[in-house]
Amino acid sequence: MKKIIYILLINIFFVNSLSALIEVDITRGNLDPLPIAISPLHVDIKSEKYKDLNVKDLGDKISEIIEKNFRNTGLFNPLKKDAFVQKPDIAHLKPRFEDWRLIKAQALVTGKLLISGEKLKVEFRLWDLAAAQEMTALAFTTTPSNWRRVAHIISDKIYERLTGEEGYFDTRIIYVAESGPKTQRIKKLAIMDQDGFNTKYLTLGNELVLTPRFNPTNQMVTYMSYFRNMPRVYLLDIETGSQEVVGNFPGMTFAPRFSPDGKKIIMSFAKDGNSDIFTMDLETRLVERITEHSSIDTSPSFSPDGKFIAFNSDRSGLQQIYVMRSDGSNVKRITFGKGIYGTPVWSPRGDLIAFTKMHKGKFFIGVMRVDGTGERLLTENYYQEAPSWSPNGRVLVFYRETKSGTKGEGFSAKLWSIDITGYNERRLLTKTDASDPSWSSLLSK
Amino acid sequence: MTLKSNLKNILLVIFTTLLLSACSTAKKSGVIDGDVYTGKDTVEYLAAGVPDRVFFATNKSSLTTASRATLRKQATFLRKNKNLNVVIEGHADERGTREYNLALGERRANAARDYLMTYGISGKRLSVISYGKEKPVNAKSSPISWSQNRRSVTVKVN
Repeated sequence: MKKIIYILLINIFFVNSLSALIEVDITRGNLDPLPIAISPLHVDIKSEKYKDLNVKDLGDKISEIIEKNFRNTGLFNPLKKDAFVQKPDIAHLKPRFEDWRLIKAQALVTGKLLISGEKLKVEFRLWDLAAAQEMTALAFTTTPSNWRRVAHIISDKIYERLTGEEGYFDTRIIYVAESGPKTQRIKKLAIMDQDGFNTKYLTLGNELVLTPRFNPTNQMVTYMSYFRNMPRVYLLDIETGSQEVVGNFPGMTFAPRFSPDGKKIIMSFAKDGNSDIFTMDLETRLVERITEHSSIDTSPSFSPDGKFIAFNSDRSGLQQIYVMRSDGSNVKRITFGKGIYGTPVWSPRGDLIAFTKMHKGKFFIGVMRVDGTGERLLTENYYQEAPSWSPNGRVLVFYRETKSGTKGEGFSAKLWSIDITGYNERRLLTKTDASDPSWSSLLSK
Repeated sequence: MTLKSNLKNILLVIFTTLLLSACSTAKKSGVIDGDVYTGKDTVEYLAAGVPDRVFFATNKSSLTTASRATLRKQATFLRKNKNLNVVIEGHADERGTREYNLALGERRANAARDYLMTYGISGKRLSVISYGKEKPVNAKSSPISWSQNRRSVTVKVN
């Protein structure tokens, strides 16, 4: 597995602290996305060759990635480049603001790049066209093969400047890649960039694997594997590829997640027909029982401050969502609506819990406040479940399965995302069928 | 017309009627009783007359009268074959969340295991594995298919 690459932020040479005139409200579904012009980056003619990289096209490609990221947010409307009025190098020096305003752009992104001495140097500027001023400028130096990440980092910086919130573009998604007929599915762990590029498979498909989840630093993954027909929770180091079983449980362990500090794994352990929630400290190996109830307790998820745990239990008869203190005390049921509730996942901001709801033969992905009030169903379908949060708590990724026909044909499993506003539902392109997505935190902070 | 051919015709009519009625009720109650599959379509046999699986209602792990009869046959079979060990696989249908279904499959397999143990089979011979919704036997998305997938299957391991 590729090393986590650190991008050197060498120079923040100008950050405008004047009040921004452009503001993008991301708290509501945005029906009027902000028109933004993303100029191709100018490629310095002094640029040297680097491996098989087509340096000449790199400026276009980086701007295309930024453009796609922005279009996918649903909050921005990247304008068509054929209407652009200035050459990239000239616009980057100082745009003729009135010309850009003429094509109805409100913000402009310009940049340039240079490859020299096996290093890629990229700089970009974000311009407020109405105020005729620069809002942000940054320069990065990195290895040229890292150019896609540069595009994502630039996207994050622009998003942050325009929305006031952290971006989520320089991130990855780990998921289960699926192939084969429904009755004999082959499943592999796969990891890809948030935009579907750089897919890598982490297991070979020899055994069933399920529910991978990142640790807070994105270097470890906990997941469930049927290796040697022993369904257990595993820990995988992405960089070294080393794997180990988590704990020494005399039965199935499943539904793992990391604690927010990354020190513990919380999971269910099933024995004699009863599933309860346990944690294991990865350093001390200390196992702690968190719930003790004759019902099924599973799908645990910590609050971001680590003080609470949400989980689902059928102690009331059917699956419902409960919240307790992280020591297992003070268990409170929080879902009382019509239907069955499962897979609670605490948002990274701590204010919401995302969940799956089943009602009248339909599956919903929704969010509610952590006390169960304010339930909002975002999307309804034949089958969908397992939401995972973008690191800024604005978008959920989940998987959706289609109904199969009378001969079992037509089955598929795909990844989808939706804003917590309920708008902007999108399919995430994956090379194969996919399920159980888990979104990383920002790779570079 | 001879009496013989007359009888034949009558029998044919009766037979056809039975077939038709079986078809018309199959979707309602012919092979599903209160959400539990009662047909034989997916059933395999550990030995002659010993079905390998029992079926469950949605979200339930309780054994029906028919399931208990099947498990008693399995118990008799296991008593006769003292050196045989089995693994009981628990399964769920596709209409639940993955993690809950893993737990549910485990609970179903253990319901079958517990019943076999009450009929004198040592727990040491009966291991359990849950596959949740991961290994459906019928790929269709229909109530009958789901009812066939909600099952515990007793599989010989040696």
